[in-house]
Amino acid sequence: MSFFFQQLLNALQVGTMYALVSIGYTMVYGVLTMINFAHGDIFMVSSYFAFFFSIFFLRMTSHFPSFLVFPTIVLVTVILTSFLAIIIERLAYKPLGSASKFSAIITALSVGILLENLVLALIGPEPHQIPPLIPDVVYNLQGVAFSSFQVLILAVSFLCMYILDFIVYRTKVGMAMRAISFDKTVVPLMGVPVDRIIEVTFALGAAIAAVGGIIFGSVYSLDPYMGIRIGWWAFIAAVLGGIGNVRGAMIGGLILGGVEIFVVAYTTSAYRDFVAFAILLLLLVFRPTGILGKSQIKKV
Amino acid sequence: MTTKNIIQLSELDGKLKNKQWALAFALVILFTLTFLIPHYGLLNEYIQLTIIYIGINIIMALSQNMINGYMGDFSLGHASFMLIGAYVSSILTVWVFPNNWNPILTSIILFPVSVTAGGLAAALLSLIIAFPSFKTRGGYLALVTLAFNMICVSVVQNIEAIGGGRGFMGMEKLTTMPWVFIWVLIAVWVVRNFVYSNFGRGVVSIREDETAANLVSVNTKQVKVLTFVISSFLAGTGGALFAHVLLFITPKTFQLQKNVDFLVMVYLGGMGSIGGSILGAVTYTVILELLREALSILGTMPIFAGIPSLEVWRWVVAPLLLILLMIYRHEGIMGFREFGFIVPYRDRFGACFWLKKGRAN
Repeated sequence: MSFFFQQLLNALQVGTMYALVSIGYTMVYGVLTMINFAHGDIFMVSSYFAFFFSIFFLRMTSHFPSFLVFPTIVLVTVILTSFLAIIIERLAYKPLGSASKFSAIITALSVGILLENLVLALIGPEPHQIPPLIPDVVYNLQGVAFSSFQVLILAVSFLCMYILDFIVYRTKVGMAMRAISFDKTVVPLMGVPVDRIIEVTFALGAAIAAVGGIIFGSVYSLDPYMGIRIGWWAFIAAVLGGIGNVRGAMIGGLILGGVEIFVVAYTTSAYRDFVAFAILLLLLVFRPTGILGKSQIKKV
Repeated sequence: MTTKNIIQLSELDGKLKNKQWALAFALVILFTLTFLIPHYGLLNEYIQLTIIYIGINIIMALSQNMINGYMGDFSLGHASFMLIGAYVSSILTVWVFPNNWNPILTSIILFPVSVTAGGLAAALLSLIIAFPSFKTRGGYLALVTLAFNMICVSVVQNIEAIGGGRGFMGMEKLTTMPWVFIWVLIAVWVVRNFVYSNFGRGVVSIREDETAANLVSVNTKQVKVLTFVISSFLAGTGGALFAHVLLFITPKTFQLQKNVDFLVMVYLGGMGSIGGSILGAVTYTVILELLREALSILGTMPIFAGIPSLEVWRWVVAPLLLILLMIYRHEGIMGFREFGFIVPYRDRFGACFWLKKGRAN
């Protein structure tokens, strides 16, 4: 039984990471009805930001109180990643204007490949790992082992998800986002600055993915291509939950985390991707709107 | 109709027919050249190889253009059709067909059979993504095809019998310039005849508005399945040719990045245009090869000696090119226009006739 609970804990950890990344997909889709294929690679870049800042701040421990290291790294990484997302939106997506949706898909795919190879060319293919940011203590509760860092990242992820949920459902900016996804033509007439809201959406999605990036980089190792797999899994999570719905993305992420961990735990890891994409394929064919999505009627 | 008009028409008829003869003549000369170039070594090996890749890319771009350009759907699965074609044909030539035949007989009889078999296998598997396309369109179909691609790669990686992730080898170099020329010709001919047939008009009507196409009694399901099958057959043959020139295939070769190549070709050349696909494939392959050359020359310079990853910059420039293309000229070079010699005689004749008549009035 303790094996099951251990796996459940792992599933929770992986699932929250997917949830954090998939929120970015779902928010951008809600506002622009565009699949931001570059999101996984923005996540990858954020992980590299976290890596460099952690090395920088850990070298400066003599000038810097150690309990501030983790919050500072989170803050700096989140801000930088948001800026990166805004820059990408301004340079690549906004100039497309009202060009066809295919142009947007191709641009997003290209931005992703560009980021991957830029990182590969500038930093190299060697895997890195973020050094431990807080002293690691391992607790044991009736055969289920968990570390202090795991507790911290779970707390931080759920806090971030709560903050995001609050922004989307309780503030004026969030209301504007939901309004844009509801009706794009009328909303500008109501005095909503659409361009600004789109930028905020990209920034928020990237910011929450950056939190995921920090977690990923401290638990696993980072390499230029890691964004592809995580990005796709997070995207599947977003579709599973109903794309365009923030709470759906969180639920989808947790479910997919469970799928990944338990498939690997009870079969072999070779079938991990196969199972995930088979789920996606079946879902898109039989229930394209996902768990929390609303079905739409297409008009001529 | 006045006598003057009739005379004009017969002149036009003659002119167009002359052009058709010129086209046939040009093709025969080109075909002879594909024999002469390798035999007498008129061009060096590297350029010959590049020409073969250009041919394969033309086939792939045409196949991709049928779905993306003509039908207006979005496929990211063509690399997986290529993978299926490549694996099926290589397995046939390496394991199934006898290896001790006369090399000329192998090249003339067994090779086309294995390439066709690769194409047919890809066409069969394309039904898996043809049926979801009845329900979903646009971004979601892109995802279905992409999921299909990932599943194909994952499955092949897990089949140890055909090498798994390590890849498959042992093929002979059967892809020669004449064969590539013939298959390119077949691809152009098939796509042209399909696009200008009644089915082809149905395909274009689906692109413009699927619901409206249904209302004017286009059998959209039939048309979609047919387009997917033909397109993936061509992609499968492309993959088979590719496997027999590279001589070593791994599932990783046929991932999303490969498909991005074909997308660039289609969108660079122009959607919904056969001439565009040809131009796009030629331009993109030549640009990438030139870039590779330029970067390798840069790599020999003492300033860049410490940087081993200059080859990687190729993959930085290619997507950048695509982004700029999408921003500044997203309809590509040809963009729904067509070279005159590709359009069938009766369509062009009709068009010229109505143009002249319009001017006369």
